[in-house]
Amino acid sequence: MRRIAEKLMLTSKNEEERDERRYYGIGLILSVVLTVASFASVMTGLLPRPWIFPALVVLALSQIVVHLRIFLHIDLSRQKREDLQVLLFTLLLLGIMAFGTLWILRDLAHRMM
Amino acid sequence: MSTQENIHPGMNLGYEGETHVAELKVFGFWVFLMSDLVTFGLVFAIFGTMVGATAGGPGPEDVTNLRSVALQTALLLGSSFAFSWASLSMKYHETRLRTLGWLAIAATSALCFLIVEFLDFRHWLEIGAVPQRSGYLSALWALVGLHGLHVFAGLLWMAAMTGQIIVFGLTDIVKSRVTRMGLYWHFLDIVWVGIFSMVFLAGVA
Repeated sequence: MRRIAEKLMLTSKNEEERDERRYYGIGLILSVVLTVASFASVMTGLLPRPWIFPALVVLALSQIVVHLRIFLHIDLSRQKREDLQVLLFTLLLLGIMAFGTLWILRDLAHRMM
Repeated sequence: MSTQENIHPGMNLGYEGETHVAELKVFGFWVFLMSDLVTFGLVFAIFGTMVGATAGGPGPEDVTNLRSVALQTALLLGSSFAFSWASLSMKYHETRLRTLGWLAIAATSALCFLIVEFLDFRHWLEIGAVPQRSGYLSALWALVGLHGLHVFAGLLWMAAMTGQIIVFGLTDIVKSRVTRMGLYWHFLDIVWVGIFSMVFLAGVA
């Protein structure tokens, strides 16, 4: 009886490992695809010039989300500590400070012309 | 996905004893990482204000070697992934050898990243793209250099973890430290995504 129970535990552990490795594998494949797409958009010249920068922003943001979700396990589930809230609050602060910096210094540069 | 409850960001390695302490420490480290994110974000913002401020000196086209950047990207992503594999070996097999093997691959990959980056830096110095040449170059060196320093610190940390795994084995304390190192390592990869996209690719687009 005990042996069967141990064996059952072992198989579920093996399955769990396989699933988790697959999950990380998907993360790697997505990261590689998004990275290749970023480099290709610049190096191949397939995209019209004005589209390149927005494409780079979208690809980078998607890859960041993939990393956060798969490698760092930050998701929308509720049982965790305030990891996501801390991240979002940091992004809010950064939004204010980084956008403010860009705005003020651009304006200043413009006035110095 | 693992069925067990995730108590903190990053891989949950499954602790034998008290999980509370590990949970608190990882959360604290997460808060530190977020403060580091603010630092990186503001250096990015400064870089954003300095795009185009080349003062007639070397510009993005002169300092960007896309092949080298692609190689660095692959090395860092590879290192990050090897670290995940090391953590998974730790979680499911609990053997030191396998964990140490993947850690060694992660460390070698990161070391190669630093060497390739160093070669780029040397090239910049050769063409006169020194930090004091222009606002653009100051911001570039600050941003890429800050990331490089972080990777170097990560390498030291990895060496320390290797030593601890050999000496102490895979104890709860070591597992919790490896988890935090994993968070740090993946975080640096995220920052690099921003650097290769916004600094190098956008610079030559």
